[in-house]
Amino acid sequence: MTNGRIELVCPAGTPAALRAAVEAGADAVYCGFADETNARNFPGLNFSRAEMADSIAHAHRRGAKVMIAVNTFPRAGSPALWHQAIDDVAQLGADAAIVADMGLLDYAAGTHPALRLHLSVQAAAANPDAINFYVERFGVKRVVLPRVLTVAEIAAINREISCETEVFVFGGLCVMAEGRCSLSSYATSRSPNMNGVCSPPSHVSYAEKNGELVSRLGEFTINRAPRGTPMPYPTLCKGRFRAGGVTGHIFEDPASLDASELIPQLAAAGVTAFKIEGRQRSRSYTDAVVRAFSAALDAQARGAAIPVGMLAALSEGGSTTRGAYQKTWR
Amino acid sequence: MPISLTLGPLMFNWSPERWRDFYARIADEAPVERVCIGEVVCSKRLPFIVDLFAAAVERLQRAGKSVLMSSLALPTLMRERRQIDELIAVPGVMIEINDLSAVPQLGGRPFAVSPLINVYNEGTLAFLKRCGAVLACLPPEMPLSAIAALAPLAAGVTLEAWAFGRVPLAISARCYHARVRGLAKDSCQFVCGDDPDGLPVDTLDGERFLAVNGVQTMSHTYADLTGDAAALIAAGVSSFRLSPHSCDMVEVARIFREAAEGRCGPAEARRRLAAELPAAQFSNGFLHGKPGWRQLAAAE
Repeated sequence: MTNGRIELVCPAGTPAALRAAVEAGADAVYCGFADETNARNFPGLNFSRAEMADSIAHAHRRGAKVMIAVNTFPRAGSPALWHQAIDDVAQLGADAAIVADMGLLDYAAGTHPALRLHLSVQAAAANPDAINFYVERFGVKRVVLPRVLTVAEIAAINREISCETEVFVFGGLCVMAEGRCSLSSYATSRSPNMNGVCSPPSHVSYAEKNGELVSRLGEFTINRAPRGTPMPYPTLCKGRFRAGGVTGHIFEDPASLDASELIPQLAAAGVTAFKIEGRQRSRSYTDAVVRAFSAALDAQARGAAIPVGMLAALSEGGSTTRGAYQKTWR
Repeated sequence: MPISLTLGPLMFNWSPERWRDFYARIADEAPVERVCIGEVVCSKRLPFIVDLFAAAVERLQRAGKSVLMSSLALPTLMRERRQIDELIAVPGVMIEINDLSAVPQLGGRPFAVSPLINVYNEGTLAFLKRCGAVLACLPPEMPLSAIAALAPLAAGVTLEAWAFGRVPLAISARCYHARVRGLAKDSCQFVCGDDPDGLPVDTLDGERFLAVNGVQTMSHTYADLTGDAAALIAAGVSSFRLSPHSCDMVEVARIFREAAEGRCGPAEARRRLAAELPAAQFSNGFLHGKPGWRQLAAAE
């Protein structure tokens, strides 16, 4: 927490986005190296070592932190790429490494005992026993909570654990427990855990059929829409399917998470930091979202009301959800 | 190393009668070394079967099988977190962890690691071995190349491959069975019990795609690694996991036993499996580094 304000942790896919986030009021920025060590391994995204060094210097000059996600699961027999990434996080002077894999946490804690470790949401630590295990074994200082918990459950967790918590408040919503999902590789062979990608663009195709636009992932239809209507990106779990005589969004609507109205409740639940999803997003998106949340957190710190619906225009398809933070979502 | 078979935990919500009869027959007839019992997917199902555990364990052990008690995949409620204490209390069994929170509660006791735990590399396997792991069923999405790289570094931990059955692909806090039926999770009426092998999810173009099982999402296809058994054994895998379905699991176990021991060729094994599951589509794509749903020629 900075000056009584909840820490705002913002995404950056590029050095330009990192600068934009810092300008817009981010307390911390998270980013990754340009390889498969991070879970947003998209072409044209992420940082070279030199860019990372410059970006850390820039952020530190402005009083912001930089956290580096090394949050995929190392490939058996070739851990060197991941170990090097951890070594570089320490050597570059980043403020924390965000890690999911137990073996990599073990390496980081053993090799760089001074390196601050955050537990990635990909580790799916969803209860106090699991979180405390990571704290005791690896000295984890903060856990990014899975997006499957209610506000009440988050409060209960905070009462029982000995590290900080960080929760997602805005952006793309995983409906499944992160780090425990192979839906993408089932359709495309490429997965978040092994490749740092979900429903990758390389496997997306669009076709016209009977006057409708059809979006496909690999060999499967994810959605159809009449020509001229918006077609969301075919993320597998947000498609429309048929099950038990029902046609629709069987898993999740293509809505994005917006927990801005829950800021007071999440603060009361003892959360240390709020995280915005979207390292793949544009600089202008990052700028707008970070400014809005920064203003909201300032208001929260002053005890003023949080502006309502401030981010609706930035959401996927315009619709938002409070996700699992509300129990009825289940 | 001798090859063993593990019957994984039943993923589905079967009636107590069906549950009891299933494990009785497994104990008496199935040629498997290990049997996992317990509820992995949803704690709301537990009260219906928990009283059957003791008798099932005893019958399975009397038949010479090792029994593993499987823990919940996503424990969040206090009663779910305390479940491990009940499992440890069953005499003579080993725990199979489905969530890491079980590890500290085991206090160094030997345990097995389920395919829902992310063991992708030697660093994680070595760490879990230090915690007490003696067997690890690897994540079903792992390709043979990665398994072959991991096995020489397994340092005595038995490696197991997901060899038969719908593949668990995801777990959520949301219950899709309830959602499809227009119900809330808290008043779900246990509708997952209507689908003994999961509820099919098809695409809008009619492609068979997935299956939902309460909070779990599974593949539509049934994994079948009979044809790849020899390559897996050569790579260092010494156990195969068979996941219970409503078909004749005793016959499925016999097929895998014969396939693993080279007494039944891949084509014959497939023919016999298809006879048990005439409507099923089989897959081994994950093992070959391809989309998981695909069926490819066996690994060499």
